[in-house]
Amino acid sequence: MHPFALERPRDLSAALALGAQAGRNDAVAEYIAGGTDMVQLLQEYVRRPDRLVSLAGLLDDAIDVGPQGLRLGAAATMAKVAVHQDVVGQFPLISQALLNSASPQVRNVATMGGNVLQRTRCPYFRDVGYEACNKRAPSSGCAAMDGENRWHAVLGTSDSCIAVHPSDLAVALVALDAEVEISGAGGTRTVPLADLHRLPGATPHLETVLEPGEVIAAITVPAGAAGLRSHYLKVRDRASFEFAVVSAAVALDVADGRIRQARVALGGVATKPWRIPNVEQALSGMSLDSGEFRSAAALAADGAQSRGHNEFKIELMQRAIVRAVETAGARA
Amino acid sequence: MVINEHPTGEGFTRREVLEIAAVGTGALIGGSLMAATDSPAVAQTAAGALAPIDVSLQVNGTEHRLSLDPRTTLLDALREHLQLTGSKKGCGLGQCGACTVLMDGMRVKSCLSLAALAEGREITTIEGLAQGEQLHPLQTAFIERDGFQCGYCTPGQIMSGVACIAEGHTGSPGEIREWMSGNLCRCGAYDHIVAAIQDAAAISSSTRGG
Repeated sequence: MHPFALERPRDLSAALALGAQAGRNDAVAEYIAGGTDMVQLLQEYVRRPDRLVSLAGLLDDAIDVGPQGLRLGAAATMAKVAVHQDVVGQFPLISQALLNSASPQVRNVATMGGNVLQRTRCPYFRDVGYEACNKRAPSSGCAAMDGENRWHAVLGTSDSCIAVHPSDLAVALVALDAEVEISGAGGTRTVPLADLHRLPGATPHLETVLEPGEVIAAITVPAGAAGLRSHYLKVRDRASFEFAVVSAAVALDVADGRIRQARVALGGVATKPWRIPNVEQALSGMSLDSGEFRSAAALAADGAQSRGHNEFKIELMQRAIVRAVETAGARA
Repeated sequence: MVINEHPTGEGFTRREVLEIAAVGTGALIGGSLMAATDSPAVAQTAAGALAPIDVSLQVNGTEHRLSLDPRTTLLDALREHLQLTGSKKGCGLGQCGACTVLMDGMRVKSCLSLAALAEGREITTIEGLAQGEQLHPLQTAFIERDGFQCGYCTPGQIMSGVACIAEGHTGSPGEIREWMSGNLCRCGAYDHIVAAIQDAAAISSSTRGG
């Protein structure tokens, strides 16, 4: 690891005043909470902050369900959220996504805020032996474009970056219209989770809309997303403890055997958690036994771009959507 | 930061030499680097790279006071500073589970924790599992079931297995495999590991009267 000063502030306002920033490799200071991703990045010299600011004990870790919906404190661990009675009962999509993530040891420590801010698993980003990575070193190029890009994105890509956002949780949350409460020295603001991450465009080193000195304080899910028929389908290279090749989060509002409203998001295929409104609109009104889901799922491929090895994802993601919709629809 | 990048003491730029000089002057004049300079880079150099921090760790029921480089992981603190070498370093990146310990009773990967951020937590390592000469039932089960070949992953497997049993994730071999997926065994002793966990889980539930 590059040497850093470790700050352990007494309270959140002191931590925010230190101006650390998530998701930027040129930030001189970064926050650390559970640390399960940050320590990997430090060990591999991918992140070399001069100052590391601990958020341990400073952020809310409560899990609350009320009339407004679900509120997950940023410091709530993946393990606790995954088995929380109200999450399992009313927002099972979240629980399912979490239990399909990482390993039990990581889930015991990793937090909600850290999970949605985890960095890409792109091997070229994670290995500083490769000089070319626009996300790690702006304007250095992209080794994945003509490299081994089986794992890379086909949606939301640019000529600068095709790195996948790796979170399962964020895919489930974006399907449920989650919002992110952000705390900064100047106060609190709320943004839709769908707007937290930036598209790479020409600036893939700018990953989120978080400003220096801002942290995620909580993630909220509106009550309207409770009690839906849902399924999180994760397709991966081994049965457990692996990131998604393709994942599909589906939540359906069903009445009289017909889909009134569908929420669909994809993981493993896009540069950020990827909601697909055109697929949702096409599914709306379809009978659960219509057998027409494939035509709706095909719309997910609009704008999809293969870089070679990842061509198979364009077909696989459509099949994943169909399977997830069928499975969700069959739930009681 | 600057000095660590040039461990031989050679190759300093003029600016780096000036910064180092400023650190020295600051210490001389103010007695406090933060007070003596307005340059965050210089202050961080002094506080981060040069100054170890005091860390108190509670391990297997004993409190240890250590002075550590802030970069020290919990695993390295256990192995290199407390000579508790039962916890193993496999990948150092959270992928193999050989470093698994219990933190406040929950299994974690000690290679992914900074030691300084484990203060105030009760750490249990493989060395803290036996009661004197009396092995933990899962340790005994690993021996009886031959749950290892080379043994390198075994301490992590056992610590993870103890937690897996406590969590109640031992209902079937499939459930055990899923909840033990954070521990890799390159010898491929998985069948025997699953059997050992089933044995120990059965003992655990019978002693609870369930």
